[in-house]
This record gives sequence, structure tokens and C-alpha cells, in this order.
Amino acid sequence: MAESRVAFDLQIPSDVEYIEGVVELARQRCRELKISPAKCSLNIPVALSEALSNAILRGNEATGGKQVRIRAIISDTDLVFEVVDEGPGFDVDECTQDCTTDENLSKEEGRGLFLMRQLMDRVESFRDKGNVVRLTLHRE
Amino acid sequence: MSFSIKKNAEVVVVDVEGQLIVGNRQELKQKVLDELEKGEKKFLIDFSQTGYIDSSGLGVLVSLSKKIREQGGELRLANLNDDLQTLFELTKLDTLFQISDTRERALESF
Repeated sequence: MAESRVAFDLQIPSDVEYIEGVVELARQRCRELKISPAKCSLNIPVALSEALSNAILRGNEATGGKQVRIRAIISDTDLVFEVVDEGPGFDVDECTQDCTTDENLSKEEGRGLFLMRQLMDRVESFRDKGNVVRLTLHRE
Repeated sequence: MSFSIKKNAEVVVVDVEGQLIVGNRQELKQKVLDELEKGEKKFLIDFSQTGYIDSSGLGVLVSLSKKIREQGGELRLANLNDDLQTLFELTKLDTLFQISDTRERALESF
């Protein structure tokens, strides 16, 4: 079984101003691990931004006092980001819409989960001391 | 992250420096809407200095495109790097916008 370690584990207030800093930290760690440049500059920042933004705006409803926890776990094969909010949770499959259909293409919203799923190898949502969204990206 | 606005002949050119994400998308929207309200019709958003764009940023571009068209104007985009091009292709927004490789070509296309 592949050994894994926690690359970082932090909590931020429910405020979108914190997203860019967390994403930059994740990118730095990924660059140190020699993850491919495209994954460092596109897949990870966009998917992680979406997960954080969902947690802050939807899960925690941007409520002051609530927190979002972010853990990055690295193994020989995978990068895993877990984003935990204080909301009721949601079903990833049910909530993902295809934003590329003629009907949805010109809508302002509805691309977040779609992008997460396009840019990550796996996206899961489950309950464990809060609502957890787990993003998994294969290193190779 | 910031947005700078310049006028090139009849075209309002907006440079997006840094990320276009949920935390700053309203600033971009307001700056463009202010110009639209002043009567400007031609808009070019240049991404040569842009890092990444999230779904909120993409949504603002869609919304601005609609509002500008409603006023009889045009919005064009330029200088998407490979990552941004991939993002537009994944979401099929490359079919919704007129996108040029360079600022010069975009300006000539109006």
C-alpha cells in the first residue's frame, strides 16, 4: 500500500479573500513535488478554488465565525485535497450540471462542479465531522 | 491581482493581472459596466498577464458579454495561454467568445 503524508492542514475563515493564499500554498507544494506544470498551473488551482469557494459560499453560506479546513495528502501515486465545511453536504453527482449544453452554455453560473470533475481524477463528497469534498489527482 | 483599463482608439482594453476568481470578479464586472454606462461599445479583455480563472470568473465574462451585446456592443478576448485555452475548451466557452491570439489581432477584428 502506498505510504501517504499530510503536506498541509489548515483552517481559514469563511471568506473568499483567503482562497488565493491557500491555492498558492498548494501550488508551491506541488511544484516542490515536481508535479507536471500543467497540473500546477491549471488543474490544481482551478479545482481547489472551486472546492473552497463552494465550501465558503454554499456550505458555510459565507457565515462569519464558520471555518473551512483544508488538508493536502500526498502519496507516491496521488495528491488528495480534502475541503471540509460546516454545511449539510451535497451529492456531487446530483449537483453537477453539464455546462456545455446549448441550454447551459450562456448561463452565468453552474460550471464549478463540472470543472472540478474535468480537472481532477476523482471528486467525492461525504460526511465526516462536517461536509467533506475530496479531490484526488494522480501524480502521473 | 488587479485590472487596468486603457482606451485604444474606440476600444476599451482591460488587462487582467493575476487571477480572475470569486474574490475579485465583481471588481472587473463593475469596471466594465461603468465604461458601458459611459457609452463605450467595444471591449477587449487581454489575459496575457492572467494566472488562472475560476468558474465565477468565467461566469462574469459570460454575463458581461450579454450585457454588452444588449447595448449593441461587442466583447472580444485575447492572449489566452495554453491553460486558459484548455479551460475555455472544456467549458465550450471558446464557442461563445471571439478569441484572438494577440491584442493587435483582436483590435484589428473590431
